[in-house]
Amino acid sequence: MDERAPCSGPSRPATPSAAVTAGVELTGISRRFGGVQALSGVDFTVRPGEVHCLAGENGCGKSTLIKILSGVLAPDSGQIVLDGSAHARLSPKISQSAGIQVIYQDLALFPNLTVAENIAFHQHVGRVWQLVPARALRRTAEAVLARLGLSLPLDTLVQDLPIASRQLVAICRALAVAARLVVMDEPTASLTHQETDALLATIRSLKSHGIATVLVSHRLDDMMKIGDRVTVLRDGANVGTFAMNEMDRHRLGELITGQKRTAATIKTRFTGTAPPVLAVRGLTCDGQYANIDLAVRPGEILGLTGRLGSGRTELALSLFGMNPPDAGEILIDGRIVRLPDNRAAIREGIGYVSEDRLALGLIMPQSIAENTVVTVLDRLCGPLGLIDHRQRGQTIAHWMGELQVKTATAERPVRELSGGNQQRVVLAKWLATKPRVLILDSPTVGVDVGAKAGLYRTIDELAALGLAIILISDEAEEVLQMAHRVLVMTNGRITGSFQPADVTEDQLREAINA
Amino acid sequence: MAAPDHASRDMNTPAPPLPSAPHTKRDPLTGLFIGLLMVAVAIFGGLSPERFFSTETWRSMAFQLPELGILTLAMMIPLISGGLNLAIIATANLSGLVMATVLTRLLGPESSPALVAGVIALALFAGLGGALLTGLLSGTIVASLRVHPILVTLGTMMLVKGIAVAATRGGVIGGFPSAIQFLGNGTLLGVPVSMIIFGICAAAVGVLLRRTPFGVSVRMIGSNEPATRFSGVNTTRVLIGVYLVSSCLCWVAALVMIARFNSARAGYAESYLLVTILAAVLGGVDPFGGFGRVRTVVLSLVLLQIISTGFNLLGFSPHLTEAIWGATMILALVISFVRTRRENRPAPAN
Amino acid sequence: MRNRLTALGRSHELRLAVIAILFAVFFSFTAPGFCSLGNLKDLLESQAVLAIMAAGLLVVLIAGGIDISFPAIAAVSQYLVASLILRPGGNWALAFLLAGGLGLLFGLVNALLIHGLKAPPVIVTIATMTFYFSMLMFSTKGAPLYDLPDWFTAKIAVLTVPFPVIVAGVILAATAFLLRRLSLGRQIYGLGGNPEAAKRMGCNIARLQFFVYGFSGTMAGIAGLMQAHRVEEVVPNALIGRELDVLAAVVLGGASLAGGAGSVSGTLLGIALLAMLRNGLTLLGVSSYSFGAVTGLVILLSVSATALAQRRLRRKGGSHGSA
Repeated sequence: MDERAPCSGPSRPATPSAAVTAGVELTGISRRFGGVQALSGVDFTVRPGEVHCLAGENGCGKSTLIKILSGVLAPDSGQIVLDGSAHARLSPKISQSAGIQVIYQDLALFPNLTVAENIAFHQHVGRVWQLVPARALRRTAEAVLARLGLSLPLDTLVQDLPIASRQLVAICRALAVAARLVVMDEPTASLTHQETDALLATIRSLKSHGIATVLVSHRLDDMMKIGDRVTVLRDGANVGTFAMNEMDRHRLGELITGQKRTAATIKTRFTGTAPPVLAVRGLTCDGQYANIDLAVRPGEILGLTGRLGSGRTELALSLFGMNPPDAGEILIDGRIVRLPDNRAAIREGIGYVSEDRLALGLIMPQSIAENTVVTVLDRLCGPLGLIDHRQRGQTIAHWMGELQVKTATAERPVRELSGGNQQRVVLAKWLATKPRVLILDSPTVGVDVGAKAGLYRTIDELAALGLAIILISDEAEEVLQMAHRVLVMTNGRITGSFQPADVTEDQLREAINA
Repeated sequence: MAAPDHASRDMNTPAPPLPSAPHTKRDPLTGLFIGLLMVAVAIFGGLSPERFFSTETWRSMAFQLPELGILTLAMMIPLISGGLNLAIIATANLSGLVMATVLTRLLGPESSPALVAGVIALALFAGLGGALLTGLLSGTIVASLRVHPILVTLGTMMLVKGIAVAATRGGVIGGFPSAIQFLGNGTLLGVPVSMIIFGICAAAVGVLLRRTPFGVSVRMIGSNEPATRFSGVNTTRVLIGVYLVSSCLCWVAALVMIARFNSARAGYAESYLLVTILAAVLGGVDPFGGFGRVRTVVLSLVLLQIISTGFNLLGFSPHLTEAIWGATMILALVISFVRTRRENRPAPAN
Repeated sequence: MRNRLTALGRSHELRLAVIAILFAVFFSFTAPGFCSLGNLKDLLESQAVLAIMAAGLLVVLIAGGIDISFPAIAAVSQYLVASLILRPGGNWALAFLLAGGLGLLFGLVNALLIHGLKAPPVIVTIATMTFYFSMLMFSTKGAPLYDLPDWFTAKIAVLTVPFPVIVAGVILAATAFLLRRLSLGRQIYGLGGNPEAAKRMGCNIARLQFFVYGFSGTMAGIAGLMQAHRVEEVVPNALIGRELDVLAAVVLGGASLAGGAGSVSGTLLGIALLAMLRNGLTLLGVSSYSFGAVTGLVILLSVSATALAQRRLRRKGGSHGSA
């Protein structure tokens, strides 16, 4: 059992449990979703007042573990010991009254309420007939902002705020009520350097008040700066819990990916001489990006990276016709094209694998078969305008085979597939359009490590076939491994262009976070 | 990796079986319905055999079913697209009134057959035009302005019904040429003409939903409109099309109704609205959109018609029948809930 | 310190207020008798019943749901109250209690079905509306009740304000208070704005849903009572069809079917606008047959205008990028 940490410090916000007892202990947690074993036999302990980092790649099970900790999900097996009492599962109520607060990646804010009300919303929960004067809400919000050294417009509706500010609101909300344990799920994704430092400082100040923090992240630097201990998850299993001062970056990275990085995995310089399939000149979209120049040749993989909010997703959407730019030109095969909508982009041979597979990439309740051909329905028609079933069946079978989508039948809903297989279906549906340019936005999110390697191989094969690929990714390692050339975007501009062979991971990360 | 015509597969990965063409799939729901039908016939037949099994009864059922059926088809398509078209009855009535007006104003008892034919054609066009205009209005606001279909079609319903009521002061317009009446009351080889029309409509909608890009798009949109748009489908055009097709079916239903009643009125068939939703949901259409088959909806229609006629023969007041429909709708939702629960597996958390 | 309204919300209500004033001015000049005190008083009173129902519907819409069954609930509870309570020995307190209680019951049934079956509220409430109303018509054969006791039909007025208007005023004030000042009300806004977030914050979703549908039912019950008081008879199908008028007013006032938006002040403006429009048209000699069309047109115009405004705001506003 964990030793009881002495509880010192000034008064904390009121919480039903008076004394700080032995933190939270999860043992043997397992959870399955359909065909995917998200967690298997995971042990995870948080000591009072510690900063415990939860590391792992996308899809390793971090989010599931957090949801179990917060009581939103129930584990299939295992137990949770909270305040000395064991539970088979928690509920949001139990979890919150024990002082556990989670800031989720999707923020879960109320867009139609003000910043002040969002931050202080906990004062409403659990109450029915109580009056909550606006002044009290405001004071709570102001206090939290002061503690964080932030300033936010308290009377603005959250839906009118940019994403970075919304993140801050979410963090403030958790702090407004958290008594003992704050879980932050990828909080620094869209924060600037300064805001990240401010956040880390806040976490330190929380610690001095005896409040524990679980920092879920895949940013090694942030974790190493602030963490006391780190638990690494990989493919749903706990690879180990380590003291941060005994850990180094290299080893941590290896534990997370499960692979040793070798120089051989970095690509050699691209030698294709064919003219660029896709080129961009002076592309500008007010408030998002400005003066972008780039070009991709057939067979080339161009890496595009930068923090969230750097404009890279907006740029990609412009290339796909979903975000018309204000100035500049897009050229296909040297010819200027106008892309008023994504249908025009698809006609020009551009495909886009969205980073939001669940909401935009696939139509989850529908079958694998339907999802595979939804992009090419018109091309499957016979003379009467009716879909030719023979052709349809052949197309589906072909692409599923080519991309090795593992499933017994194509008629099952696509949501039953594992993350990796789902991504293969997404690739299949875009390949069916016979694209010449493929934009992959964070294609390995939610894919386990083994499947990742397979996807990388597939992407390389696609490039070898002559596709021009733009790979957008958050992970410097991934970009360095896969791309022939890397562009870094900051604040809407391209601030760096690198050959993977000429730059180290750290240097690239520096450039991204600059 | 190569193009489909030079299919070269990795030998170690067995190709999944060719997906079967959807229309050959066996659906457990079909079997359930056939069973329920037999039970219903047995019950009502048992309760009043001479009246239930008389040709009169079956004849009247065969004449009543088509108008409800076509209206249900008109409700089904928007439902599958993830919306609802609450204006179908109003659209049908308006369309009917337009056709009735043209027919009664331009024709008299002395009109020559040529004139009759011409005016009928004109009336049909006018009726279709009116219906399509309504559909265009609803569809455009839903698709382009992204307003909730319930709200839009409620507004359209009020507008259309209001226009119809205002123009006719709630009165009836009647008296159509025999050619029209034949559509509603005549038979061809013993089968009511209106039933044939319904059959054609059902077959057409079935093909539309299963075998055309439009139909597939409607289902995809019903499940997830943004993702469908992302995949390159012109969802605006498809959604407008949904309400246009729905309104077109309302026109056909109007034709059958005015033919049968030999008159048109602004307030006809209002109680049908719930029944069309009931028939659709009972027939397997997911109330949230994305799924639905014509075949099972037709079966549920037949079942509802038999029950309705049975109640009628037993002397149930129409109000009681309606109350039972309300309760059955709840039952249908329960069934839908249980069915979805059983098939559903939670998505992987990412 | 008041909670400030959103820029859009405030401008929406401002626009409504301006249109209302324009209507008022226009009709005062063109429609004979519009400006008379008698006409205005009549106008107020005739909208009282509608306003009570609107309060109930507003709360449901803010929570992200919809209730089409409330006129049926009003009709049924009206009839039951009339049969049971409205005899010489009864009194107002009992009448209110029973009417509200019955409405509450029916509303809770709605909530049970919607929450328990996770079914679309529109379909559930269409079904319950049909059931309630048809059972009423079946049992009563549509026969109205005329014999209402004097204590019930006696016109009460406080400072010349008729009783139904007072009741409506109290209800609207209470609803505004609920929505703006009570925790429950803020949670309802939250539920409508982001149901997932509400769940994660630990809001008792079941309790909220039961409350809003129960509230709508209660309001319907009371509205039915006031209707009977006003017209001094209970006619089963008098209120049927009103659901669309109420919905029109509430939507006009800024509530959206998606939830999270709407206010009592907006609803009041919506009711006022529609009432003035209809009243003015009547006085101008336009037949009442057109009202349905006018209301429908108003709904369509209002939702289109809101959608266009939102679209313009979205285009101007910040980053489009995915999260």
